[in-house]
Amino acid sequence: MRKLSSLAFIVTTAAILSACSTPVKIAEPAKVEERQVEQKPQPQPDTRTVAPVETKSLDPLDDPKGVLANRSVYFDFDSYVVRDDGKPVVENHSAYLAKNKARSILIQGNTDERGGAEYNLALGQKRAEAVRKAMTTLGVPESQIEAVSLGKEKPKASGSNEEAWAQNRRADIVYK
Amino acid sequence: MKKLNQAILSATLALAAGGALAQMRIEISGVGSNQIPVAVAGFADENIAPQQISAIIKADLERSGAFKLIDAGVITSMSNIDYGTWKAKGADALVVGTVAKSAAGDFEVRYKLFDTVKQSELSQLNVARAPQFTRLTAHNIADDVYLKLTGIRGAFSTRIAYVKEYDKRHYELLVADADGEGEQMALRSNEPIISPSWSPDGTKVAYVSFEQKKPVVYVQNLINRARTVVANEKGSNSSPVWAPTGNKLAVSLSKDGHTQIYTVNADGGNLKRVSNSAGIDSEANFAPDGSIYFMSDRSGGPQIYRMNGDGGDAKRVTFTGNYNISPRVSADGKTLAYISRRDGNYQLYAMDLASGQEQRLSDSTDDQYPSFAPNGKYIMYATQAGGRKSLAVVSVDGRVKQRLTTQAGNIKEPTWGPFMQ
Repeated sequence: MRKLSSLAFIVTTAAILSACSTPVKIAEPAKVEERQVEQKPQPQPDTRTVAPVETKSLDPLDDPKGVLANRSVYFDFDSYVVRDDGKPVVENHSAYLAKNKARSILIQGNTDERGGAEYNLALGQKRAEAVRKAMTTLGVPESQIEAVSLGKEKPKASGSNEEAWAQNRRADIVYK
Repeated sequence: MKKLNQAILSATLALAAGGALAQMRIEISGVGSNQIPVAVAGFADENIAPQQISAIIKADLERSGAFKLIDAGVITSMSNIDYGTWKAKGADALVVGTVAKSAAGDFEVRYKLFDTVKQSELSQLNVARAPQFTRLTAHNIADDVYLKLTGIRGAFSTRIAYVKEYDKRHYELLVADADGEGEQMALRSNEPIISPSWSPDGTKVAYVSFEQKKPVVYVQNLINRARTVVANEKGSNSSPVWAPTGNKLAVSLSKDGHTQIYTVNADGGNLKRVSNSAGIDSEANFAPDGSIYFMSDRSGGPQIYRMNGDGGDAKRVTFTGNYNISPRVSADGKTLAYISRRDGNYQLYAMDLASGQEQRLSDSTDDQYPSFAPNGKYIMYATQAGGRKSLAVVSVDGRVKQRLTTQAGNIKEPTWGPFMQ
């Protein structure tokens, strides 16, 4: 009995630990507790009843190969409209947030490096707001979303060319 | 190894104390339209002070573009000035001084300014300060020379604040003398810092920090390190600027779904929305009369507008080009500095507000964040040089230009501090 439950513990721990490989929300490692060995002798050992074990279901957010692993929505030059290729990203995270009311996100809007820092900050905000509005339309409560901007201050791609700029015209979904 | 490091460190410190290690390199180009010829003599016994006072005065005066410097050697006596000799050398004015150390360890600096044409003493100052303020004393003397000879208050003793960025991983908010020397760190962060703005009394700086994964507006007391969160509403908080009264700031917030301008007390209280458009309104800047110049893209591209300090109707100010941002008004309310994109280049412009006449002041391609000297005669801004971000200063008439570069890091977001008592 004791062996079986410690095996279950190992399985669960392994599941939690492997789930931790994504950099997002790290679950607290389960505490190891010393349990007192039962002192009283069992009257009649039951060898027929099976004790069921349930593995913890994996949070789809922690699945590096799942649809929720994609957290970036890209924008065209001088555009603040979610493109078709960004819609599935918005839909998948909206569905997750609608189901998981305890989770909330920051949407961080970004721009390319050209132009003034403050105007770019406001333009990045427009991108974050576009994603926020798309999510609220899909039923995600405002309380779970905060749209913010990093402007041109945190470029994902360095370099002063169209390839880098396209990478940086982006809104990122960051789970709190 | 440790000993070696220490040896190198103390050598560096010694150099820094001696003033030989310049934190910034300054290149000057162009001169003013009416240069006043002035002779600045070496001050008697100035080698006992940590910095050479006459050298700092000369550098200040030369950088201003308003003077033609005439070599004067060292003059030990401040009396019996031979006006004729200096007049013959072409000097309209002569600066002399002495340095002495007091029993308390202060440096007593005496200075006199003579008019060689009128053959009279124009000004004099006696200043006693602790050794670490030698540089300030020199800047004060340069300010006095500038005022007496041009009629305009000098800004050499003012300070600047700016952001230094290393590989987009490490950021510092720094304060230095207006010539880039005497750099001191006010804030260090692993996240970006932008948009610094001095309080009118020069004791605090407001800025935007990204340390909370989003832009939040702080006010930091430079003397006691106290930091106050002035705006941390849901969404982005940015573009702080002090009202001339010093009790409130304008900020840009996205809390109502898009970026608009609000005013807020310096302690974070009494938040009020002042702009009202469907587009982006940001980059507020107070004119001396309390009205607000700001950037808005309500008509399409970003343009500069003006509204009352408490909001109301906005009047468009810029009409040339489709990208005009970062408005800054001079202290006399007569000139507007801003960045305009023309043919793909972002360049510094100045507009005479009475006539609407504009002038391009830079020939670079990526200028940002202009800031007026408190005397309104110079504008500092961030620019690009050789792939690195550096600072530049230009006189409002566009004639005198300086470029300030450092050995490491990118410098940006310069803001010129106020006159201080």
